[in-house]
Amino acid sequence: MPAERARKIRVSCVVNGAAVTCETYPLARLLDVLREDLKLTGTKEGCGEGECGACAIEMDGALVNSCLVPALQAEGAKIRTIEGVACGGSLHAVQQAFITHGGAQCGVCTPGMILAAVNLLARHPRPDDAQIRDGLSGNLCRCTGYMKIFESVVAAVRAAETRA
Amino acid sequence: METRVIGRSVPRKEGREKVTGSARYVDDLSFPGMLHGVTVRSPAARGRIRAIHFADGIPWHEFTVVTAKDIPGKNCIALLIEDQPCLAAEFVNHPEEPVVLLAHHDKYLLEEARRAVRIEIESLPAIFSIEDSLACKEIIWGQDNIFKSFCVEKGDVNGAWAAAAFVVEGSYETGAQEQLYIEPQGMISQVSEAEGVTVWGSLQCPHYVHKALMILFGLPRERIRVVQTETGGGFGGKEEYPSMIAAHAALLARKAGRPVKIIYDRAEDMVATTKRHPSRTRHRTAVTPDGKLLAMDIDFTLDGGAYETLSPVVLSRGTIHAAGPYACANVRICSRAVATNAPPHGAFRGFGAPQSVFALERHLDRVAEAVGIAPEELRRRNFIREGQTLAVGQVVKEKVDMNGLMERAFELSGYYAKRRKFAAENAEARGAIRRGIGFASFLHGAGFTGSGEEYLASEVAMEATADGTVHILAGSTEMGQGTNTIFAQIAAEALRLDCGQIRIVQPDTAYVPNSGPTVASRTAMIVGKLVETAAVRLLGTLHASELLRHGYDAEDFSRACSEYVVKHGALKSFVKYEHPRDLHWDDQKYSGDAYGAYAWAAYVAEVSMDTRTAEVRVDDFVAVQEVGKVINPVLAAGQIEGGVAQGIGFALYENVVWQEGRMVNAQMTNYVMPTSVDLPTIRVYFEEIPYGRGPAGAKGIGELPLDGTAPAIANAIAFATGVDVRRVPITAEALLEMLETVHAG
Amino acid sequence: MRAFLPAYEMETPRDLAAALERMAGEPGGWRAFAGGTDLMVLLEAGKLPHKKYLNIWNLEELRGIAVTAEHVTLGALTTYAEVQRHEILAREFPLLCRAAAETGSAATQNRGTLGGNIANASPAADSPPALIVYEAEIEIVSAAGARCVPYASFHTGYKKMNLQAGELIRSIRLARPRSAALKQYFRKVGTRRAQAISKICFAAAGRVEAGRIADVRIALGSVAPTVLRAVRAEELLRGQRPVDAALLLAAQDALGAEIAPIDDMRSTGRYRRHVARNLLAEFLEVLAS
Repeated sequence: MPAERARKIRVSCVVNGAAVTCETYPLARLLDVLREDLKLTGTKEGCGEGECGACAIEMDGALVNSCLVPALQAEGAKIRTIEGVACGGSLHAVQQAFITHGGAQCGVCTPGMILAAVNLLARHPRPDDAQIRDGLSGNLCRCTGYMKIFESVVAAVRAAETRA
Repeated sequence: METRVIGRSVPRKEGREKVTGSARYVDDLSFPGMLHGVTVRSPAARGRIRAIHFADGIPWHEFTVVTAKDIPGKNCIALLIEDQPCLAAEFVNHPEEPVVLLAHHDKYLLEEARRAVRIEIESLPAIFSIEDSLACKEIIWGQDNIFKSFCVEKGDVNGAWAAAAFVVEGSYETGAQEQLYIEPQGMISQVSEAEGVTVWGSLQCPHYVHKALMILFGLPRERIRVVQTETGGGFGGKEEYPSMIAAHAALLARKAGRPVKIIYDRAEDMVATTKRHPSRTRHRTAVTPDGKLLAMDIDFTLDGGAYETLSPVVLSRGTIHAAGPYACANVRICSRAVATNAPPHGAFRGFGAPQSVFALERHLDRVAEAVGIAPEELRRRNFIREGQTLAVGQVVKEKVDMNGLMERAFELSGYYAKRRKFAAENAEARGAIRRGIGFASFLHGAGFTGSGEEYLASEVAMEATADGTVHILAGSTEMGQGTNTIFAQIAAEALRLDCGQIRIVQPDTAYVPNSGPTVASRTAMIVGKLVETAAVRLLGTLHASELLRHGYDAEDFSRACSEYVVKHGALKSFVKYEHPRDLHWDDQKYSGDAYGAYAWAAYVAEVSMDTRTAEVRVDDFVAVQEVGKVINPVLAAGQIEGGVAQGIGFALYENVVWQEGRMVNAQMTNYVMPTSVDLPTIRVYFEEIPYGRGPAGAKGIGELPLDGTAPAIANAIAFATGVDVRRVPITAEALLEMLETVHAG
Repeated sequence: MRAFLPAYEMETPRDLAAALERMAGEPGGWRAFAGGTDLMVLLEAGKLPHKKYLNIWNLEELRGIAVTAEHVTLGALTTYAEVQRHEILAREFPLLCRAAAETGSAATQNRGTLGGNIANASPAADSPPALIVYEAEIEIVSAAGARCVPYASFHTGYKKMNLQAGELIRSIRLARPRSAALKQYFRKVGTRRAQAISKICFAAAGRVEAGRIADVRIALGSVAPTVLRAVRAEELLRGQRPVDAALLLAAQDALGAEIAPIDDMRSTGRYRRHVARNLLAEFLEVLAS
């Protein structure tokens, strides 16, 4: 029998605005806590090594790869996943742009990509092309060649400017 | 022809689900009582299984353990033939070959258990190269290691050499390439007396999986059910391999009496599943003094890995595309797919053509150089025209203007001016950067080769329900390329409705007919046409029933459906593929009409290389192609952009590092695909000459971009550096060595 | 995810003193866990043999960037993102900012820490060459007290370091440059432009005074079992005129002799050696400009 088991711990945090508590192993991946304990399956696993960004979420306002965050360190954190990006029934401008401009093909990189884009725009509301490419460089997409992802982000920026 | 819906960038049908994270991929699903499953694999490349040891310290009584002995039917993953075992019984023939399956509810304990199984193997000598396989250093498959061979002959190649002003030879190689879909492979299975065997998972071809499971379980058709879940990319990598995982999950589920989920992590997916076939091509070309092709003698070999899987078909497409869109009276293409002790190679977008087209397009630049004319001039003097025959003897019956496409690509990329400018700058050798521009001209046949479509006999069904919703029932799968959306557009166009009124039924072998696999650039052109026909027939039925007036609107349509269903019962239509009578193909001679239609293209790549590090960047990329009809501009452009990106990876970044048949860089950190800052703006342009047999004139485009991207880049690098590129990937390490040779020589 | 999670423990100490006490109480038992960007990758691959960790992520004593007239002191938990955002670091320590910007991705830069990177001791890490050039000092603490180690002597061999069980890296101290005439050069050659492991990393700084090279410092990553300071090349360059073909060749030869690049799955020793020479030439061009 593998050596003595660590006890599970309780982790309390706020996910998409709702306070939650989970019982899990201290080094369980936050990715798995979200997907399995909280049934928020929007966040995806693409590589399990922090390379592809499919698991990207916002933790206390910072973009992080949830496959690299141990559950214990999520204690007290404010977390936003793809499920928390739309506001009620209204899609975020980035989400709407992805639909209109073809930013999503197979859709697996999409949740992480949208989080990265939303996070980028929160920090740089009017990014130039280089800043967009750079801001999304931690999110791999195998389907699009990134073109329509950029077009979607640019469209979202323009939509925000028009509204402002 | 004016169209309402076709030709418009209708938003992706399942777009909302994808951007909100509510689309359900196989790992998002969970069943009550579900167990997790893992695969224990061979550590050796070849050998006899002596024993399987289960170490102490694991509560084995809690586990479900499956080996080959548990297979009720035939121990094979049936595809073209039945040589590949589902689980190795006595012998293993490649590293990571599946031997034992384990299931448990605790996925962490399961991994501990996987580590505790030791497969003891008495090694046998293994072979890992095309050369060793051809030399029969060891016989590891059949009588001579050869899965399949072809020899295509046109005219009289042997007689042409004497008259040739120039004879140019060359040898070219391409490496393996990993599909690297962002969603790793996975399956869930449930087996019961009542329902039989059901699998849900990430896959491209539900009916391939269905057939494989029938044979594995020895069960009749209606006792196997395969359901496609939302699939996160495939690119061919999920054409064959899902049958293997489905078989594994089902065997565990059967023995455990509970549902079983198997999800590969990235490392397992990379090391164990299929890759693009490595290739070696040899060209020998005779030309006249002014560069007209007199004879092309082509020798093409693919490394197929340990079992046959789809190698004969990959070889077929690579062979047929090996001589390109050129008119040459004398062509010989001899080809073969050979066995090595690596995990079997398989389908990957392009399917043999990227390999042979890389060789051809690189070779023709060298031929031009030998003759002393510009590479585009060589192409211009040899481009095939309507009425001329391709290498396999197919008379080109389409309007084709390859020179027009090429010139347009040149104009859009500034090719001529840049060629002059870069040549001057490179000669001055000021600064560290050398720049180059190069191109490739090529074609890609859509649909299954020759009699393939006839053999597939694809079917599509359609049903209109009482509320006026039209359901499309097809075995074609959505994996990001846009199947759902374009099918809806095609049906909506034919029925004069909006896409919102069309529903694509989830591919489920219990409900949808076999429309053939979602491969071979056939979905829009072949299956889309069946969708169109089914819609026309459904409409015909309604009109014939006199419940629908001509000049109807959406409301009239819904009302008519409702009345029809009450009066006559289900409102359905059904279409089966009919092979055009004027397409003839001879399987024995391997000649005739290989494909119903071809997409034609010219791609231009602009590159810069830093002489200090030999790093190459693609700075601009122009892709021009004639595709019949663009059904959805955003989706079509997305296909080309994504394909070019994969082609750039194939050319520059993606290198599988092999050690005794095993991929050692099986992590995304070490197997490198381009990020957003590695790629240029990819500029895509379409031309349309409608193909009479495609829906609204559409031809297939899914694989096309993989053919021309790498050779365009290779030619650009050759221009920039003087290096005679002969293989891909063109790594910085290889380039640096070759640069040293250029400077020394 | 291949690790057997039930075997792993992690606790959150209430402050630095408590953490050090825990570590002292069980020598070698508890190890520090900062942002996890290295350790979690090992965990997921089933390759993390050590099972007991102290979560130091929240220890305020290890955070913050303190600026005095003479020094900038970065807490061990300073993330790469924080490095890039700091105005003085951007102005006076650009090599460190460049390294931070080219390590991993934005997401890993939000979690990866300098202290974690140093303790992980990968020969391919990008910050170490910059820290060598800046002649950083590492402050190390334990329950027994504190000590300072020049970063240049911190790494003693492949994955071996001047850090005992029970010790933690507390901060990294950099002396602020006294001359504005310092020219700095950083270049990482990776497998691609973003999110790449280094094939070779070159950081250097120097001044030209009265036409001669003064105060030159050169460090490389991925060419030896640890980060390497190119002392032989520096020695040859010191006091010479930067634009001198013979000097360049001699310095390149010296550099070639003191590095020990290997073949691995990412690159070859030959390539690394060749590129190292070329980057030295590029640095000299920068010095001469």
